[in-house]
Amino acid sequence: MTIPAVEVTNLSKAYRGRPALRELDLALPQGRIVGLMGDNGSGKTTLLKILAGVLSDWQGTVRIAGHAPGAASKALVSFLPDASFLPDAHRPADSIALFERFFADFDSGKAREMIDFFALPWDRSLKEMSKGMREKLQISLAMSRRARVYLLDEPISGVDPASRDVIMRGILQNFDDDSLLLVSTHLIQDVEQIVDAVVFLKDGSVLLSGTADDLRDEHGMGLDSLFRKVYAS
Amino acid sequence: MQIDDSRPIWAQLVDEFRRRIAVGHWRPGDKVPAVRELALELGVNPNTVQKSLAEVDRLGLTTTERTAGRFVTQDVSAIRAARAALAATTADGFAAAATGLGMSLEEATRLLEQRWNARKDDQ
Repeated sequence: MTIPAVEVTNLSKAYRGRPALRELDLALPQGRIVGLMGDNGSGKTTLLKILAGVLSDWQGTVRIAGHAPGAASKALVSFLPDASFLPDAHRPADSIALFERFFADFDSGKAREMIDFFALPWDRSLKEMSKGMREKLQISLAMSRRARVYLLDEPISGVDPASRDVIMRGILQNFDDDSLLLVSTHLIQDVEQIVDAVVFLKDGSVLLSGTADDLRDEHGMGLDSLFRKVYAS
Repeated sequence: MQIDDSRPIWAQLVDEFRRRIAVGHWRPGDKVPAVRELALELGVNPNTVQKSLAEVDRLGLTTTERTAGRFVTQDVSAIRAARAALAATTADGFAAAATGLGMSLEEATRLLEQRWNARKDDQ
């Protein structure tokens, strides 16, 4: 019996009295790519931040590979926030050095390979890069930690479709079978074929969750269509 | 391969792998590409590929050897059966479409013969 990579029970979080998550329950095993889907304000980012251990002041139980959010869980979690977290003046090599200092599980060789795979310019600073390039650099860094849980918050939003494809390939290629990858997005079509399972959030609760192929079989439609249908009702 | 998002992907991959074996794209005794390689080629989840390959094993078209990996079967009768099944499905599709157009078996057969020969002449 293995411990779930992520286990959340009765999780609630409010911002100044306004609820963001309501008594949310979730258990996700390792070795899966899970799509976290929902419209704006459904609680995706709040949930990821709590799992990453960067938000406090919530109620309920959260376990990351058996650990409550804190120093021990953070060592196992690679979190890619939706906002840029790297200094503008950084060139890729500076960011690699930063990650090497901060994270014991960081594999700089893998990061260099991914940066080359994405064909990013080594001589440019983040300020001089396009939005898509910056996104690819941050994904390269996040995926190059040997983490148990990867949390990617909207890694493909605001990027052109060709880049989205390359990014998803990069993620697929570097995903480790023993880990859990939880990726939030509202662009379901772009992750449709690579997720094992999906969790649809609405108003801070799980509206629907399940294995991608089981949902397709049961409803006779793709995840994107299913998402539109269940949100409309 | 074009994936239809409205049907379970694992079942579509089983069809695709059976087709590859039936048409000889993967030959008897060939090593089947690694799960990750196939996942990247097809742009799908590795677990889905794994599940599909296990089903192709179960169908007797591939065998897994613990250390060496997965190979296409050398059993030609199994491959012949896969080819026959694929041909039958294709024929079913034609029969259904011809029926939908209001054709009789005789007309459909004549049309098939005509097109078959025209195609041969083209080559």
